[in-house]
Amino acid sequence: MDPLIHAQGLTKKFGDFTAVDGIDFAVQPGEAFGFLGPNGAGKSSTMRMIGCVSPPSGGSLRILGLDPVQDGAKIRARLGVVPQEDTLDMELTVHENLFVYGRYFGLSRKEVRERAKELLEFVQLSERASSKVQSLSGGMKRRLTIARALVNEPDVLLLDEPTTGLDPQARHLVWDRLFRLKQRGATLVLTTHYMDEAEQLCDRLVIMNNGKIAEEGHPLDLIRRLSTREVVELRFGGEPPQVEQETFNGQVARVETLPDRVLLYTDDGDALVPIAHERLHPQSVLVRRSTLEDVFLRLTGRTLID
Amino acid sequence: MSYALRSYEYWLIVYRRIFKGTIASSILNPLLYLTAMGVGLGKVVNNGAHPLGVPYLDFVAPGLLAAVAMQVSTIESAFPVRGAVLWSKSYYAMLATPLRILDMLFGHLLYVATRAAMVTSVYLLIILFFGVLHSPLALLTIPIGVLLGLSFAGWVSALAIQAENDPFNPLFRFVIMPMFLFSGTFFPITRLPHGLRELAYATPLWNAVDFDRACTLGTLTLSRGLLHVAYFLVVISGGVVVAHRAYRKKLIK
Repeated sequence: MDPLIHAQGLTKKFGDFTAVDGIDFAVQPGEAFGFLGPNGAGKSSTMRMIGCVSPPSGGSLRILGLDPVQDGAKIRARLGVVPQEDTLDMELTVHENLFVYGRYFGLSRKEVRERAKELLEFVQLSERASSKVQSLSGGMKRRLTIARALVNEPDVLLLDEPTTGLDPQARHLVWDRLFRLKQRGATLVLTTHYMDEAEQLCDRLVIMNNGKIAEEGHPLDLIRRLSTREVVELRFGGEPPQVEQETFNGQVARVETLPDRVLLYTDDGDALVPIAHERLHPQSVLVRRSTLEDVFLRLTGRTLID
Repeated sequence: MSYALRSYEYWLIVYRRIFKGTIASSILNPLLYLTAMGVGLGKVVNNGAHPLGVPYLDFVAPGLLAAVAMQVSTIESAFPVRGAVLWSKSYYAMLATPLRILDMLFGHLLYVATRAAMVTSVYLLIILFFGVLHSPLALLTIPIGVLLGLSFAGWVSALAIQAENDPFNPLFRFVIMPMFLFSGTFFPITRLPHGLRELAYATPLWNAVDFDRACTLGTLTLSRGLLHVAYFLVVISGGVVVAHRAYRKKLIK
Protein backbone atom coordinates (compact mmCIF):
# COMPACT_ATOMS: atom_id res chain seq x y z
CA MET A 1 0.00 0.00 0.00
CA ASP A 2 1.23 3.51 -0.77
CA PRO A 3 1.91 5.63 2.31
CA LEU A 4 -0.53 8.49 2.95
CA ILE A 5 2.31 10.76 3.94
CA HIS A 6 5.83 10.34 2.69
CA ALA A 7 8.77 12.59 3.59
CA GLN A 8 12.35 12.34 2.42
CA GLY A 9 15.06 14.68 3.62
CA LEU A 10 12.30 17.04 4.76
CA THR A 11 13.78 20.32 6.02
CA LYS A 12 12.37 23.55 7.47
CA LYS A 13 14.51 26.60 8.05
CA PHE A 14 13.57 29.94 9.58
CA GLY A 15 16.42 32.24 8.57
CA ASP A 16 19.59 30.68 9.98
CA PHE A 17 17.70 28.38 12.31
CA THR A 18 16.99 24.84 11.13
CA ALA A 19 13.81 23.63 12.83
CA VAL A 20 13.53 20.36 10.89
CA ASP A 21 16.77 18.89 9.64
CA GLY A 22 16.31 16.40 6.82
CA ILE A 23 13.90 13.82 8.24
CA ASP A 24 12.49 10.70 6.54
CA PHE A 25 9.23 9.06 7.52
CA ALA A 26 6.15 7.44 6.03
CA VAL A 27 2.64 7.14 7.47
CA GLN A 28 0.58 4.14 6.33
CA PRO A 29 -3.22 4.13 6.05
CA GLY A 30 -4.95 3.20 9.29
CA GLU A 31 -1.99 3.64 11.59
CA ALA A 32 -1.50 5.99 14.51
CA PHE A 33 1.84 7.63 13.97
CA GLY A 34 3.52 9.79 16.57
CA PHE A 35 6.25 12.40 16.80
CA LEU A 36 7.64 12.30 20.32
CA GLY A 37 10.10 14.89 21.52
CA PRO A 38 10.69 17.85 23.82
CA ASN A 39 9.57 21.40 23.04
CA GLY A 40 11.60 22.80 20.17
CA ALA A 41 12.42 19.40 18.66
CA GLY A 42 10.76 20.31 15.34
CA LYS A 43 7.48 18.41 15.82
CA SER A 44 5.13 21.33 15.27
CA SER A 45 7.09 22.62 12.29
CA THR A 46 6.78 19.15 10.76
CA MET A 47 3.04 19.10 11.47
CA ARG A 48 2.57 22.52 9.88
CA MET A 49 4.32 21.31 6.74
CA ILE A 50 2.07 18.24 6.64
CA GLY A 51 -0.91 20.55 7.18
CA CYS A 52 0.14 22.50 4.05
CA VAL A 53 0.35 25.82 5.86
CA SER A 54 4.13 26.02 5.90
CA PRO A 55 6.12 25.36 2.72
CA PRO A 56 9.11 23.00 3.19
CA SER A 57 12.58 24.56 2.78
CA GLY A 58 14.02 21.36 1.34
CA GLY A 59 13.55 17.65 0.71
CA SER A 60 10.39 16.07 -0.61
CA LEU A 61 6.97 15.70 0.96
CA ARG A 62 3.97 13.94 -0.57
CA ILE A 63 0.61 13.89 1.15
CA LEU A 64 -2.17 11.68 -0.21
CA GLY A 65 0.03 11.39 -3.30
CA LEU A 66 -0.05 15.17 -3.86
CA ASP A 67 2.45 18.00 -3.54
CA PRO A 68 1.63 20.32 -0.59
CA VAL A 69 2.90 23.45 -2.34
CA GLN A 70 1.03 22.87 -5.62
CA ASP A 71 -2.10 21.21 -4.25
CA GLY A 72 -2.34 22.64 -0.72
CA ALA A 73 -6.06 23.41 -0.90
CA LYS A 74 -6.86 19.98 -2.38
CA ILE A 75 -4.90 18.21 0.37
CA ARG A 76 -6.32 20.34 3.17
CA ALA A 77 -9.81 19.42 1.99
CA ARG A 78 -8.99 15.83 3.05
CA LEU A 79 -7.16 16.56 6.31
CA GLY A 80 -8.52 17.16 9.78
CA VAL A 81 -6.36 19.45 11.88
CA VAL A 82 -6.28 19.79 15.67
CA PRO A 83 -3.77 22.61 16.20
CA GLN A 84 -1.67 23.04 19.31
CA GLU A 85 -3.47 26.26 20.24
CA ASP A 86 -7.25 26.29 20.00
CA THR A 87 -8.52 28.38 17.09
CA LEU A 88 -12.17 28.31 18.15
CA ASP A 89 -14.21 31.50 18.00
CA MET A 90 -15.01 32.26 21.64
CA GLU A 91 -17.88 34.61 20.75
CA LEU A 92 -19.74 31.97 18.76
CA THR A 93 -21.59 28.96 20.11
CA VAL A 94 -20.35 25.38 20.00
CA HIS A 95 -22.71 24.61 17.13
CA GLU A 96 -21.85 27.78 15.22
CA ASN A 97 -18.15 26.92 15.41
CA LEU A 98 -18.81 23.51 13.90
CA PHE A 99 -21.25 24.88 11.36
CA VAL A 100 -19.00 27.59 9.97
CA TYR A 101 -16.03 25.22 9.83
CA GLY A 102 -18.02 22.62 7.92
CA ARG A 103 -19.05 25.33 5.49
CA TYR A 104 -15.36 26.14 4.82
CA PHE A 105 -15.19 22.62 3.35
CA GLY A 106 -18.13 23.33 1.09
CA LEU A 107 -20.64 21.11 2.91
CA SER A 108 -24.29 22.03 2.43
CA ARG A 109 -26.16 23.51 5.39
CA LYS A 110 -28.16 20.31 5.77
CA GLU A 111 -25.07 18.08 5.67
CA VAL A 112 -23.16 20.16 8.14
CA ARG A 113 -26.10 20.24 10.57
CA GLU A 114 -26.39 16.46 10.49
CA ARG A 115 -22.68 15.97 10.99
CA ALA A 116 -22.52 18.55 13.75
CA LYS A 117 -25.20 16.62 15.63
CA GLU A 118 -23.35 13.30 15.31
CA LEU A 119 -19.97 14.80 16.13
CA LEU A 120 -21.22 16.63 19.22
CA GLU A 121 -22.61 13.32 20.43
CA PHE A 122 -19.29 11.65 19.71
CA VAL A 123 -17.32 14.18 21.77
CA GLN A 124 -20.05 14.31 24.45
CA LEU A 125 -20.91 17.97 23.96
CA SER A 126 -24.51 17.70 22.68
CA GLU A 127 -25.87 19.46 25.73
CA ARG A 128 -23.53 22.39 25.21
CA ALA A 129 -24.43 22.93 21.53
CA SER A 130 -25.85 26.40 22.11
CA SER A 131 -23.34 27.53 24.74
CA LYS A 132 -20.75 30.11 23.83
CA VAL A 133 -17.32 28.51 23.49
CA GLN A 134 -16.05 31.03 26.04
CA SER A 135 -17.90 29.15 28.77
CA LEU A 136 -16.34 25.73 28.02
CA SER A 137 -13.55 24.14 30.05
CA GLY A 138 -10.17 23.47 28.44
CA GLY A 139 -10.99 19.80 27.93
CA MET A 140 -14.34 20.60 26.31
CA LYS A 141 -12.67 23.04 23.94
CA ARG A 142 -10.19 20.37 22.92
CA ARG A 143 -13.01 17.91 22.29
CA LEU A 144 -14.83 20.52 20.23
CA THR A 145 -11.66 21.12 18.23
CA ILE A 146 -11.46 17.37 17.58
CA ALA A 147 -15.10 17.28 16.50
CA ARG A 148 -14.46 20.22 14.21
CA ALA A 149 -11.45 18.48 12.65
CA LEU A 150 -13.70 15.49 11.82
CA VAL A 151 -16.43 17.51 10.12
CA ASN A 152 -15.07 16.86 6.60
CA GLU A 153 -14.59 13.12 7.28
CA PRO A 154 -10.83 13.46 6.80
CA ASP A 155 -8.50 10.76 5.45
CA VAL A 156 -5.87 11.78 8.00
CA LEU A 157 -6.31 13.44 11.38
CA LEU A 158 -3.38 15.65 12.47
CA LEU A 159 -3.15 16.30 16.21
CA ASP A 160 -0.51 18.70 17.49
CA GLU A 161 -0.09 18.09 21.24
CA PRO A 162 -3.74 17.14 21.68
CA THR A 163 -3.72 17.05 25.48
CA THR A 164 -1.10 19.60 26.47
CA GLY A 165 -2.42 21.82 29.24
CA LEU A 166 -5.32 19.54 30.21
CA ASP A 167 -5.88 18.06 33.64
CA PRO A 168 -5.57 14.25 33.93
CA GLN A 169 -9.31 13.59 33.78
CA ALA A 170 -9.78 15.75 30.68
CA ARG A 171 -6.79 14.05 29.06
CA HIS A 172 -8.32 10.63 29.58
CA LEU A 173 -11.57 11.77 27.97
CA VAL A 174 -9.66 13.02 24.92
CA TRP A 175 -7.59 9.81 24.75
CA ASP A 176 -10.74 7.74 24.96
CA ARG A 177 -12.24 9.55 21.92
CA LEU A 178 -9.00 9.25 19.95
CA PHE A 179 -8.81 5.58 20.81
CA ARG A 180 -12.29 5.08 19.40
CA LEU A 181 -11.29 6.83 16.19
CA LYS A 182 -8.32 4.50 15.97
CA GLN A 183 -10.56 1.48 16.37
CA ARG A 184 -12.69 2.72 13.50
CA GLY A 185 -9.59 2.63 11.31
CA ALA A 186 -8.79 6.34 11.20
CA THR A 187 -5.25 7.41 10.36
CA LEU A 188 -3.87 9.57 13.15
CA VAL A 189 -0.69 11.61 13.15
CA LEU A 190 0.12 13.20 16.46
CA THR A 191 2.88 15.04 18.24
CA THR A 192 3.36 14.84 21.95
CA HIS A 193 5.91 15.30 24.67
CA TYR A 194 4.01 12.97 26.96
CA MET A 195 5.41 9.47 26.84
CA ASP A 196 2.23 7.95 28.25
CA GLU A 197 0.24 9.54 25.45
CA ALA A 198 2.63 8.16 22.87
CA GLU A 199 2.57 4.70 24.47
CA GLN A 200 -1.21 4.60 24.65
CA LEU A 201 -2.06 5.92 21.23
CA CYS A 202 0.78 5.27 18.79
CA ASP A 203 1.28 2.13 16.73
CA ARG A 204 4.56 3.55 15.58
CA LEU A 205 6.51 6.62 16.49
CA VAL A 206 9.65 8.56 15.80
CA ILE A 207 11.64 10.23 18.53
CA MET A 208 12.71 13.72 17.50
CA ASN A 209 15.48 15.82 18.95
CA ASN A 210 17.05 19.01 17.55
CA GLY A 211 15.16 18.71 14.28
CA LYS A 212 16.32 15.17 13.61
CA ILE A 213 14.79 11.72 14.02
CA ALA A 214 16.76 9.80 16.64
CA GLU A 215 14.86 6.47 16.53
CA GLU A 216 11.80 4.91 15.03
CA GLY A 217 9.62 1.98 16.05
CA HIS A 218 6.70 0.62 18.04
CA PRO A 219 6.72 2.11 21.56
CA LEU A 220 7.21 -1.25 23.31
CA ASP A 221 9.86 -2.37 20.81
CA LEU A 222 11.77 0.83 21.38
CA ILE A 223 11.66 0.29 25.13
CA ARG A 224 12.74 -3.32 24.79
CA ARG A 225 15.50 -2.45 22.36
CA LEU A 226 16.87 0.66 23.94
CA SER A 227 16.22 0.30 27.65
CA THR A 228 16.14 -2.38 30.33
CA ARG A 229 12.98 -3.95 31.70
CA GLU A 230 13.03 -2.00 34.95
CA VAL A 231 14.43 1.17 36.43
CA VAL A 232 15.36 1.93 40.01
CA GLU A 233 15.04 5.60 40.92
CA LEU A 234 17.10 6.82 43.85
CA ARG A 235 16.50 10.19 45.51
CA PHE A 236 18.86 11.74 48.01
CA GLY A 237 17.16 14.87 49.37
CA GLY A 238 19.75 17.07 47.72
CA GLU A 239 22.29 16.71 44.97
CA PRO A 240 22.81 13.02 44.20
CA PRO A 241 26.25 11.50 44.75
CA GLN A 242 28.42 10.02 41.98
CA VAL A 243 27.17 6.43 41.49
CA GLU A 244 29.40 3.90 39.74
CA GLN A 245 28.01 1.03 37.69
CA GLU A 246 30.51 -1.33 39.34
CA THR A 247 28.84 -0.82 42.73
CA PHE A 248 26.17 -3.31 41.68
CA ASN A 249 28.33 -6.22 40.52
CA GLY A 250 27.25 -6.20 36.89
CA GLN A 251 23.51 -6.11 37.65
CA VAL A 252 23.15 -2.57 36.33
CA ALA A 253 23.31 -2.01 32.58
CA ARG A 254 23.51 1.79 32.77
CA VAL A 255 23.45 4.61 35.28
CA GLU A 256 21.93 8.04 34.55
CA THR A 257 22.52 10.91 36.97
CA LEU A 258 19.87 13.64 36.77
CA PRO A 259 19.84 16.85 38.81
CA ASP A 260 17.33 15.43 41.31
CA ARG A 261 17.79 11.64 41.13
CA VAL A 262 19.87 8.70 39.96
CA LEU A 263 18.40 6.08 37.58
CA LEU A 264 19.70 2.51 37.60
CA TYR A 265 18.77 0.49 34.50
CA THR A 266 18.38 -3.19 35.28
CA ASP A 267 16.33 -6.27 34.48
CA ASP A 268 15.54 -6.98 38.12
CA GLY A 269 14.88 -3.86 40.15
CA ASP A 270 13.86 -5.53 43.40
CA ALA A 271 17.19 -7.31 43.64
CA LEU A 272 18.98 -3.96 43.66
CA VAL A 273 16.95 -2.31 46.40
CA PRO A 274 18.81 -3.79 49.41
CA ILE A 275 22.21 -3.12 47.82
CA ALA A 276 21.26 0.45 47.04
CA HIS A 277 20.09 1.05 50.62
CA GLU A 278 23.19 -0.47 52.12
CA ARG A 279 25.81 1.23 49.97
CA LEU A 280 24.30 4.59 48.92
CA HIS A 281 21.85 5.48 51.73
CA PRO A 282 19.25 7.16 49.49
CA GLN A 283 16.29 8.99 50.97
CA SER A 284 13.85 7.04 48.79
CA VAL A 285 13.93 4.15 46.32
CA LEU A 286 11.35 3.47 43.58
CA VAL A 287 11.25 0.52 41.22
CA ARG A 288 9.30 1.00 37.99
CA ARG A 289 9.09 -0.28 34.42
CA SER A 290 11.04 1.41 31.67
CA THR A 291 9.13 3.95 29.61
CA LEU A 292 9.73 5.98 26.48
CA GLU A 293 11.11 8.66 28.75
CA ASP A 294 14.04 6.32 29.46
CA VAL A 295 14.49 5.62 25.76
CA PHE A 296 14.55 9.32 25.14
CA LEU A 297 17.07 9.92 27.91
CA ARG A 298 19.31 7.23 26.47
CA LEU A 299 19.13 8.68 22.97
CA THR A 300 19.53 12.35 23.77
CA GLY A 301 20.84 12.67 27.31
CA ARG A 302 17.84 14.92 28.02
CA THR A 303 14.50 14.47 29.75
CA LEU A 304 11.33 15.10 27.77
CA ILE A 305 9.80 17.66 30.09
CA ASP A 306 12.33 20.05 31.60
CA MET B 1 -15.08 33.00 -5.74
CA SER B 2 -17.28 30.37 -4.12
CA TYR B 3 -14.43 29.76 -1.65
CA ALA B 4 -14.44 33.45 -0.69
CA LEU B 5 -18.18 33.15 -0.01
CA ARG B 6 -17.41 30.53 2.64
CA SER B 7 -15.26 32.92 4.63
CA TYR B 8 -17.80 35.70 3.97
CA GLU B 9 -20.37 33.50 5.70
CA TYR B 10 -18.16 33.36 8.79
CA TRP B 11 -18.16 37.15 9.05
CA LEU B 12 -21.93 37.26 8.62
CA ILE B 13 -22.41 34.72 11.41
CA VAL B 14 -20.16 36.79 13.67
CA TYR B 15 -22.06 39.94 12.70
CA ARG B 16 -25.41 38.32 13.47
CA ARG B 17 -24.32 38.28 17.13
CA ILE B 18 -23.66 42.03 17.29
CA PHE B 19 -26.34 43.13 14.82
CA LYS B 20 -28.70 44.53 17.45
CA GLY B 21 -25.96 46.64 19.00
CA THR B 22 -25.04 48.24 15.69
CA ILE B 23 -28.55 48.95 14.44
CA ALA B 24 -29.31 51.44 17.22
CA SER B 25 -26.15 53.44 16.61
CA SER B 26 -26.58 53.43 12.85
CA ILE B 27 -29.99 55.10 13.26
CA LEU B 28 -29.19 57.38 16.21
CA ASN B 29 -25.89 58.59 14.79
CA PRO B 30 -27.38 60.22 11.66
CA LEU B 31 -30.32 61.66 13.58
CA LEU B 32 -28.02 63.39 16.06
CA TYR B 33 -25.56 64.63 13.46
CA LEU B 34 -28.21 65.89 11.06
CA THR B 35 -30.05 67.70 13.80
CA ALA B 36 -26.93 69.31 15.28
CA MET B 37 -25.02 70.09 12.07
CA GLY B 38 -27.76 70.51 9.55
CA VAL B 39 -30.57 72.05 11.49
CA GLY B 40 -28.62 73.80 14.30
CA LEU B 41 -25.39 74.87 12.63
CA GLY B 42 -27.27 75.36 9.38
CA LYS B 43 -29.28 78.21 10.91
CA VAL B 44 -26.02 80.08 11.57
CA VAL B 45 -24.47 79.25 8.20
CA ASN B 46 -27.50 80.04 6.08
CA ASN B 47 -28.23 83.27 7.90
CA GLY B 48 -31.12 84.14 5.62
CA ALA B 49 -29.15 83.44 2.42
CA HIS B 50 -27.46 80.31 0.98
CA PRO B 51 -23.75 81.07 0.72
CA LEU B 52 -23.10 77.49 -0.54
CA GLY B 53 -25.79 77.71 -3.19
CA VAL B 54 -28.04 75.25 -1.35
CA PRO B 55 -29.39 75.08 2.22
CA TYR B 56 -26.64 73.91 4.61
CA LEU B 57 -28.56 70.75 5.53
CA ASP B 58 -28.68 69.75 1.84
CA PHE B 59 -24.94 70.37 1.66
CA VAL B 60 -23.86 68.54 4.78
CA ALA B 61 -26.19 65.49 4.57
CA PRO B 62 -24.41 63.77 1.62
CA GLY B 63 -21.09 64.59 3.30
CA LEU B 64 -22.14 62.76 6.46
CA LEU B 65 -23.55 59.95 4.34
CA ALA B 66 -20.09 59.32 2.89
CA ALA B 67 -18.28 59.81 6.19
CA VAL B 68 -20.30 57.12 7.95
CA ALA B 69 -19.41 54.54 5.30
CA MET B 70 -15.75 55.43 5.82
CA GLN B 71 -15.98 55.08 9.58
CA VAL B 72 -17.84 51.78 9.60
CA SER B 73 -15.62 50.25 6.92
CA THR B 74 -12.47 51.30 8.73
CA ILE B 75 -13.65 49.88 12.03
CA GLU B 76 -14.79 46.63 10.38
CA SER B 77 -11.38 46.25 8.73
CA ALA B 78 -9.40 47.13 11.82
CA PHE B 79 -10.49 45.14 14.87
CA PRO B 80 -12.00 42.05 13.24
CA VAL B 81 -8.93 41.43 11.07
CA ARG B 82 -6.51 41.95 13.93
CA GLY B 83 -8.70 39.69 16.06
CA ALA B 84 -8.76 36.98 13.41
CA VAL B 85 -4.99 36.71 13.82
CA LEU B 86 -4.40 37.62 17.46
CA TRP B 87 -7.56 36.86 19.46
CA SER B 88 -10.07 34.47 17.92
CA LYS B 89 -7.38 33.15 15.55
CA SER B 90 -10.17 32.42 13.09
CA TYR B 91 -7.79 33.07 10.19
CA TYR B 92 -5.64 30.19 11.43
CA ALA B 93 -8.76 28.02 11.57
CA MET B 94 -9.55 28.92 7.95
CA LEU B 95 -5.96 28.22 6.96
CA ALA B 96 -6.40 24.56 7.93
CA THR B 97 -9.26 24.18 5.43
CA PRO B 98 -9.36 24.37 1.62
CA LEU B 99 -9.59 28.17 1.84
CA ARG B 100 -6.61 30.03 0.41
CA ILE B 101 -5.23 33.38 1.56
CA LEU B 102 -6.97 35.20 -1.26
CA ASP B 103 -10.32 33.57 -0.33
CA MET B 104 -9.89 34.79 3.23
CA LEU B 105 -9.09 38.31 2.04
CA PHE B 106 -11.95 38.49 -0.47
CA GLY B 107 -14.42 37.03 2.03
CA HIS B 108 -13.62 39.83 4.43
CA LEU B 109 -13.75 42.51 1.70
CA LEU B 110 -17.20 41.24 0.74
CA TYR B 111 -18.24 41.60 4.35
CA VAL B 112 -16.93 45.18 4.53
CA ALA B 113 -18.78 45.95 1.28
CA THR B 114 -21.95 44.54 2.85
CA ARG B 115 -21.56 46.64 5.98
CA ALA B 116 -20.86 49.79 3.94
CA ALA B 117 -23.98 49.15 1.84
CA MET B 118 -26.08 48.52 4.95
CA VAL B 119 -25.03 51.59 6.85
CA THR B 120 -25.32 53.82 3.75
CA SER B 121 -28.83 52.51 3.05
CA VAL B 122 -30.02 53.22 6.57
CA TYR B 123 -28.50 56.70 6.49
CA LEU B 124 -29.99 57.38 3.09
CA LEU B 125 -33.43 56.40 4.29
CA ILE B 126 -33.14 58.77 7.23
CA ILE B 127 -31.95 61.78 5.23
CA LEU B 128 -34.79 61.11 2.83
CA PHE B 129 -37.10 62.20 5.65
CA PHE B 130 -35.07 65.37 6.15
CA GLY B 131 -36.07 66.25 2.58
CA VAL B 132 -32.56 66.73 1.23
CA LEU B 133 -32.62 64.22 -1.66
CA HIS B 134 -33.31 66.08 -4.88
CA SER B 135 -32.78 63.32 -7.42
CA PRO B 136 -33.32 59.56 -7.79
CA LEU B 137 -29.59 59.46 -8.50
CA ALA B 138 -29.33 59.50 -4.70
CA LEU B 139 -29.67 55.70 -4.90
CA LEU B 140 -26.17 55.66 -6.40
CA THR B 141 -24.79 56.70 -3.03
CA ILE B 142 -25.15 53.05 -1.92
CA PRO B 143 -22.64 51.66 -4.45
CA ILE B 144 -20.51 54.76 -3.85
CA GLY B 145 -20.49 53.88 -0.14
CA VAL B 146 -19.30 50.38 -1.11
CA LEU B 147 -16.50 51.77 -3.27
CA LEU B 148 -15.45 54.12 -0.48
CA GLY B 149 -15.56 51.32 2.11
CA LEU B 150 -13.45 49.04 -0.07
CA SER B 151 -10.95 51.86 -0.61
CA PHE B 152 -10.22 51.71 3.09
CA ALA B 153 -10.70 47.97 3.67
CA GLY B 154 -7.53 46.66 1.99
CA TRP B 155 -5.17 49.26 3.38
CA VAL B 156 -6.57 49.10 6.91
CA SER B 157 -6.59 45.26 6.90
CA ALA B 158 -2.94 45.26 5.87
CA LEU B 159 -2.14 47.57 8.76
CA ALA B 160 -4.26 45.53 11.17
CA ILE B 161 -2.60 42.25 10.29
CA GLN B 162 1.03 43.31 10.26
CA ALA B 163 1.41 46.07 12.89
CA GLU B 164 3.39 45.01 15.95
CA ASN B 165 1.57 47.23 18.44
CA ASP B 166 -2.01 48.43 18.37
CA PRO B 167 -2.01 50.70 15.29
CA PHE B 168 -5.56 51.98 15.53
CA ASN B 169 -5.26 54.97 17.85
CA PRO B 170 -2.85 56.78 15.52
CA LEU B 171 -4.93 55.65 12.52
CA PHE B 172 -8.12 57.19 13.85
CA ARG B 173 -6.47 60.26 15.34
CA PHE B 174 -4.18 61.22 12.48
CA VAL B 175 -5.88 59.80 9.38
CA ILE B 176 -9.58 59.16 9.79
CA MET B 177 -10.44 62.15 11.99
CA PRO B 178 -8.63 64.81 9.88
CA MET B 179 -10.12 63.26 6.74
CA PHE B 180 -13.57 63.44 8.32
CA LEU B 181 -13.11 67.16 9.07
CA PHE B 182 -11.25 68.40 6.00
CA SER B 183 -12.54 66.41 3.01
CA GLY B 184 -15.47 68.58 2.06
CA THR B 185 -17.85 66.97 4.51
CA PHE B 186 -18.70 70.19 6.38
CA PHE B 187 -17.41 72.92 4.04
CA PRO B 188 -16.18 73.07 0.43
CA ILE B 189 -12.49 72.27 0.16
CA THR B 190 -12.04 75.29 -2.10
CA ARG B 191 -11.88 77.18 1.21
CA LEU B 192 -8.72 75.26 2.16
CA PRO B 193 -5.31 76.84 1.49
CA HIS B 194 -3.25 75.51 -1.43
CA GLY B 195 -1.46 72.30 -0.58
CA LEU B 196 -4.14 71.15 1.82
CA ARG B 197 -6.70 71.55 -0.93
CA GLU B 198 -4.77 69.27 -3.29
CA LEU B 199 -4.27 66.81 -0.45
CA ALA B 200 -8.04 66.77 0.13
CA TYR B 201 -8.67 66.04 -3.58
CA ALA B 202 -6.50 62.93 -3.20
CA THR B 203 -8.51 61.48 -0.30
CA PRO B 204 -11.07 58.72 -0.81
CA LEU B 205 -13.50 60.59 1.42
CA TRP B 206 -13.49 63.76 -0.71
CA ASN B 207 -14.08 61.67 -3.82
CA ALA B 208 -17.07 60.02 -2.17
CA VAL B 209 -18.44 63.26 -0.67
CA ASP B 210 -18.25 65.06 -3.99
CA PHE B 211 -19.77 62.07 -5.82
CA ASP B 212 -22.56 61.66 -3.24
CA ARG B 213 -23.33 65.36 -3.19
CA ALA B 214 -23.64 65.50 -6.99
CA CYS B 215 -26.05 62.55 -6.77
CA THR B 216 -28.30 63.86 -3.98
CA LEU B 217 -28.42 67.37 -5.48
CA GLY B 218 -28.92 65.95 -8.97
CA THR B 219 -25.93 67.79 -10.49
CA LEU B 220 -23.92 64.70 -11.49
CA THR B 221 -22.22 64.65 -14.89
CA LEU B 222 -21.05 61.42 -16.53
CA SER B 223 -17.40 62.48 -16.82
CA ARG B 224 -17.23 63.49 -13.18
CA GLY B 225 -18.80 60.17 -12.10
CA LEU B 226 -16.41 58.11 -14.22
CA LEU B 227 -13.44 60.01 -12.86
CA HIS B 228 -14.48 59.20 -9.30
CA VAL B 229 -15.09 55.52 -10.14
CA ALA B 230 -11.66 55.29 -11.79
CA TYR B 231 -10.07 56.88 -8.71
CA PHE B 232 -11.75 54.33 -6.42
CA LEU B 233 -10.74 51.37 -8.57
CA VAL B 234 -7.09 52.42 -8.38
CA VAL B 235 -7.16 52.87 -4.60
CA ILE B 236 -9.05 49.59 -4.08
CA SER B 237 -6.65 47.61 -6.29
CA GLY B 238 -3.67 49.02 -4.43
CA GLY B 239 -5.27 48.06 -1.12
CA VAL B 240 -5.97 44.49 -2.27
CA VAL B 241 -2.37 44.01 -3.41
CA VAL B 242 -0.95 45.41 -0.17
CA ALA B 243 -3.37 43.41 1.98
CA HIS B 244 -2.68 40.17 0.11
CA ARG B 245 1.04 40.63 0.68
CA ALA B 246 0.50 41.40 4.38
CA TYR B 247 -1.80 38.37 4.85
CA ARG B 248 0.73 36.06 3.20
CA LYS B 249 3.60 37.42 5.23
CA LYS B 250 1.73 36.99 8.50
CA LEU B 251 -0.01 33.67 7.91
CA ILE B 252 2.44 31.59 5.85
CA LYS B 253 5.60 30.78 7.75
